[in-house]
Amino acid sequence: MTTPYTIQGKTGTWEIVLGLEIHAQVTSNAKLFSGSDATFGADPNTQVSFVDAAFPGMLPVINEKCIEQAVRTGFGLNAEINHFSIFDRKNYFYADLPQGYQISQYKQPIVGEGAVTIDLSDGTTRTIGIERLHLEQDAGKSLHDQHPTKSFVDLNRSGVALMEIVSKPDMRTPEEAGAYVKKIRAIVRTLGTCDGNMEEGSLRCDVNVSVRRTSNDPFGTRCEIKNVNSVRFVMQAIEYEARRQIEVIEEGGVIRQETRLFDSAKGVTRSMRDKEDAHDYRYFPDPDLLPLVLDTAWVENIKASLPELPDAKKNRFKNDYGLNEFEANLLSEEKENATFYEAVLNGKRNPKLVASWVVGELFASLNKNGQSIENSPIGADALGELIDLIEDNTLSGRLAKEVFAAMLETGKAAAVIVDEQGLRQVTDTGAIETAIAQVLEENPDKVAEYRSGKDKLFGFFVGQVMKLTGGKANPALVNEVLKNKLG
Amino acid sequence: MSIDTTTVKKIARLARLDIEEARAEAMSAELSTIMGFVEQLQAVDVTGVEPLLSVSQATLPRRADVVTDGNYVDAILKNAPDKKQGFFVVPKVVG
Repeated sequence: MTTPYTIQGKTGTWEIVLGLEIHAQVTSNAKLFSGSDATFGADPNTQVSFVDAAFPGMLPVINEKCIEQAVRTGFGLNAEINHFSIFDRKNYFYADLPQGYQISQYKQPIVGEGAVTIDLSDGTTRTIGIERLHLEQDAGKSLHDQHPTKSFVDLNRSGVALMEIVSKPDMRTPEEAGAYVKKIRAIVRTLGTCDGNMEEGSLRCDVNVSVRRTSNDPFGTRCEIKNVNSVRFVMQAIEYEARRQIEVIEEGGVIRQETRLFDSAKGVTRSMRDKEDAHDYRYFPDPDLLPLVLDTAWVENIKASLPELPDAKKNRFKNDYGLNEFEANLLSEEKENATFYEAVLNGKRNPKLVASWVVGELFASLNKNGQSIENSPIGADALGELIDLIEDNTLSGRLAKEVFAAMLETGKAAAVIVDEQGLRQVTDTGAIETAIAQVLEENPDKVAEYRSGKDKLFGFFVGQVMKLTGGKANPALVNEVLKNKLG
Repeated sequence: MSIDTTTVKKIARLARLDIEEARAEAMSAELSTIMGFVEQLQAVDVTGVEPLLSVSQATLPRRADVVTDGNYVDAILKNAPDKKQGFFVVPKVVG
């Protein structure tokens, strides 16, 4: 049983309560209600139709793919799919919102309650409730730094489909919030419903933070930190915001419900100074759109076409391949890692050995060189061939590491390097016995000490034999023969 | 239900309408009357009746996920009071 996570204040300890709203941009060609291009990075206002710019008389027509993506994500969140949902207008004024309202879903969203399992660093898991998922339009983008007195507005993003995924207030630590974001990201990427790119803003988080003395107290007043765009920032923002709230309360102050921004350069949150009416959105059903009714067979078809989800993959890696929690997590969390791992396995290689090489040597070298697994300098086939040489005893683990380093450097195949550099391991008992005999002969004092009970010296003898054989002796054989000779 | 002047001013502010004090009084009376008409509907017993969202029998039409529109930045910006390098240019809004 681990101690519950608390923050130490001046007057005692505090618990944090966290809920997240994740905005995930739907992967689609066209926008939610218009036929303009939804992809990222075009010249300003080139991907804008008269619908997106809210010209008079324009009417929204829903993109079927976006509905499908929302339903697919709903299944990924183990959530209830609502076969009847409503689009509402959320009214507010802002320069990059030409309609003067955002089309969203308020009381009857397309996806209802669900749950996801998050993986924590101590190897435990927790279930986090999902409140809902709804479809809505993104707004345009304002640039405030181009001119001293003007803002520049680009409507390319205006009308792009977003899924807002709302969690229940079930998280209690910054780590859990981080793990939750990672899991949601893994789910939508596996499903192909959002590319999960946090830097480009296709996945953004609003974090609701409140504090209380103990888990028996009612929830405190919460503050919402808007638009946090990395897992690390989510955790930093929570940590700062929780401490800020505790300080305010302990000094006799009151937390005011408000929206705050996270300044990642300074690591602090700041009030956005809302106007008093900012949250009076006056939702009402959009008269331009009829209720969204889903056909049961259509929904079932989507369910039947789901790929293997990250949790199922993780469990399969543990159960079928015997991987430990750490390996299974690392290899299932990003779909590219899983694909690479299974490509190396190729249905025939030793799953534990392959996992230890992918998670160990390969990830270490990718990290060191800032490379991603998709453009790994050593491909799945090349790594597989190296592992074959370990399995057929051509290479010891230690020699294999040398070959791996040479593969990285030269790009040559493992077998070629082994031949060129003569790295084949010695499995000839005779040669190993000769080397051992020499080592024992050169160290009579150590042999005597070992025989009088100093067991630790065994490692010394192994080391000497390996040295003598240029590291090529098969370590298992050395151990075996050495034990016999010394015994 | 009566709509007092405070509510009138709040609704006006939310809709970005500038309503003077004197107009707010008159508006309060007018809106209260309108609410009175609408309230007559409350007398109808709607127990067990699903809310009616549309009188149309049609279902929500859907579109295929194909790019069919856009790429006419000049037309989009044509009526903009100020524009630069393909952007709408508006008085500075921050926050």
